[in-house]
Amino acid sequence: MSVWADLRGQAHVVEQLRRAAAGEGLTHAWLFTGPPGSGRSTAAKAFAAALNCEVDDVLARGCGVCEGCREVLGETHPDVVFVRTEKVTITIDEAREMVAKAGDRPQAGRWRIIVVEDADRMAERTTNVLLKAIEEPTPRTVWMLCAPSPADVLVTIRSRCRPVGLRLPPVEDVAALLVERDGADPHLALEAARAAQSHIGIARRLVQDAAARERRSETVRLPLSLKTVSQAVALAEQLTRIATDEATSSNEERGAAERARLLATLGIREGDKLPPSLRAQVRQLEEDQKRRAKRSVTDSLDRTLTDLLSFYRDVLVIQLGNGVELVNSGLAAEVAEFAAGSTPEKTLARMDAINLTRQRITTTNVAPLLAVEAMAVGLI
Amino acid sequence: MSPATRSGRSPGARASSAGTVDWRSVAPAPVVLVVGPEDYLAARAMDAVRSQVRGVSPDLELTRLDAGSYAGGELLLAASPSLFGERKLVEVHGLESMTEEFLRDALAYVAAPDEDVVLVLRHAGGTRGKKLLDAVKASPAPIVDCQPLKKDADKAAFVAAEFRGSGRRIEREAIEALVAAVGSSLAELAAACSQLQLDAASTVDAATVEKYYGGRVEATAFKVADAALAGDAARALSAFRHALDTGVDPVPMVAAVAAKLRTLARVAGAQGSANQIARELGMQPWLVEQAQRDIRGWTPQSLAEAIRAVAEADAQVKGLARDPAYAVEHALGVVSAAAQAR
Repeated sequence: MSVWADLRGQAHVVEQLRRAAAGEGLTHAWLFTGPPGSGRSTAAKAFAAALNCEVDDVLARGCGVCEGCREVLGETHPDVVFVRTEKVTITIDEAREMVAKAGDRPQAGRWRIIVVEDADRMAERTTNVLLKAIEEPTPRTVWMLCAPSPADVLVTIRSRCRPVGLRLPPVEDVAALLVERDGADPHLALEAARAAQSHIGIARRLVQDAAARERRSETVRLPLSLKTVSQAVALAEQLTRIATDEATSSNEERGAAERARLLATLGIREGDKLPPSLRAQVRQLEEDQKRRAKRSVTDSLDRTLTDLLSFYRDVLVIQLGNGVELVNSGLAAEVAEFAAGSTPEKTLARMDAINLTRQRITTTNVAPLLAVEAMAVGLI
Repeated sequence: MSPATRSGRSPGARASSAGTVDWRSVAPAPVVLVVGPEDYLAARAMDAVRSQVRGVSPDLELTRLDAGSYAGGELLLAASPSLFGERKLVEVHGLESMTEEFLRDALAYVAAPDEDVVLVLRHAGGTRGKKLLDAVKASPAPIVDCQPLKKDADKAAFVAAEFRGSGRRIEREAIEALVAAVGSSLAELAAACSQLQLDAASTVDAATVEKYYGGRVEATAFKVADAALAGDAARALSAFRHALDTGVDPVPMVAAVAAKLRTLARVAGAQGSANQIARELGMQPWLVEQAQRDIRGWTPQSLAEAIRAVAEADAQVKGLARDPAYAVEHALGVVSAAAQAR
């Protein structure tokens, strides 16, 4: 199976990358942009595999079966580095490490490739560290940056990269991918793809996890019973608590396992007293875990708010009567009733309230509960 | 000041100890234990012992030890009789982090203290060395308990006692003004007392306090929030400026207002008596009662408005605005106006 198989509904991008891999128009820095869930990092990974593919025929590069392709797709290729973060930002030290790595010659493949999957999660100062390396790379190095939109990276970086614009794949393509790759039930896959608004990762989670489906359908029903300020405040607390619980339950186990592993590495048995000289290492780990936990709370909250937004999007679709398909097709009757009770202006104001809160939660260090409360009272 | 006020120990307990002694009236004894987290009172008690011992024997030999870095034998060395027969005073600090060696040596010493030596032990709290504390409590040694003064009434009593102790007079209003101005730290309050005694010629009255400490009011984030939610914009703003000047950050200020508004919104929608609501929402009954009093001036729209304004201020104090103080002031204005919407 070719490395391009997972890129659904992106024919023009596949064509561009395939030609580049064949040697026509290859450059040293690429910027993959596209809405979340469109497959930016999948595209970058496929491209990296095609560049280091071991097939002799340049037009058939990206075979997906040779050792080079398989190693890149499995993220074990010695020359391909994937940089992603589970914290809020990529730190400047991590960026310096990338630059040092980019200077190395490839050992096994043709190209040394650095894939930065969260290029939007770099502060301006951090990005500046990369500037020189991206501008004048060593001959056999290729940079691939991924970000939601070109505006998310510094203009000085943007101008040094060749853009690759991915689009949101059509719902049918996402559903087909879920059916083929994950063996999902076709009907369920279509519904999930629609509910996830073509976000492939979220659609897959909805298909695989019944609890996530349940949580989502609860979330989109919330506006139906929202009437008073007290209810809004209670709702905000509920939303925040669900997000926090979800984040902590997945993080706690992993955190404890990491701690145990670190202590074992340091040669300390369970229950032994930690010598002062080693405390700094454990504290560093704990701080990293705390940052990761914060990111997962905001991510989870952001997902919930996106689901909530889809309800008002459907309301607006009905109010404007333009015949676009509903995201929450299972809720059509309730949405129609809700739409009759308000105006498009009001719906837009509510969507603005949600978007403002999403922006505050993801870009600034606000108290999530307060931000969600302010949004909830705006939804009444 | 009355002599040694002794707190009555329960008759069932082993009544061998001299019991708890007020820090003002502590007298030298072979072993004196100073416990409790308020460092200032402890320092005063230890000063009192030191000056009394020095008064009796000016050629006193003073040794200070730290129980946290104590190595075996130091205590015995410090407390052994001197060749020339001076009196000995041994002050040991940091018993809350004492070493095992100190515990062993001190237990042995406390069981049979030297009558010519005064040993002062300072324990700031915690469970470390409980065995030693129990041993001292069972012995006839006096114990000084230094608890922090939390209530304004206690602080006022402290000021009154400070003035009484040095034979000076202070008016009641002056005490209140002084506690409001510098009451947050006991050391500062005591320093203000002694400064006032030097500055003022006769009885200290409210005008004298106003002259030296006027314009300085210690405001906490919750005082600011209370004023804003009561609809008093002027008081809220002035309290906010005082709070900023006395070192409160804008961020907790916003959080305090948000917490109060949250309580208000939750109580507004609840039915039943204050106690029922308190149980249902898991809050203190007095908080519910306060919120029920506050809610009268509000309308649902104004409450929503206030919550939105505070959320915006939260984003602004965390980097979205150039002047965080103004962001909070603006939110306080909106909240105060919203509190009088009805």
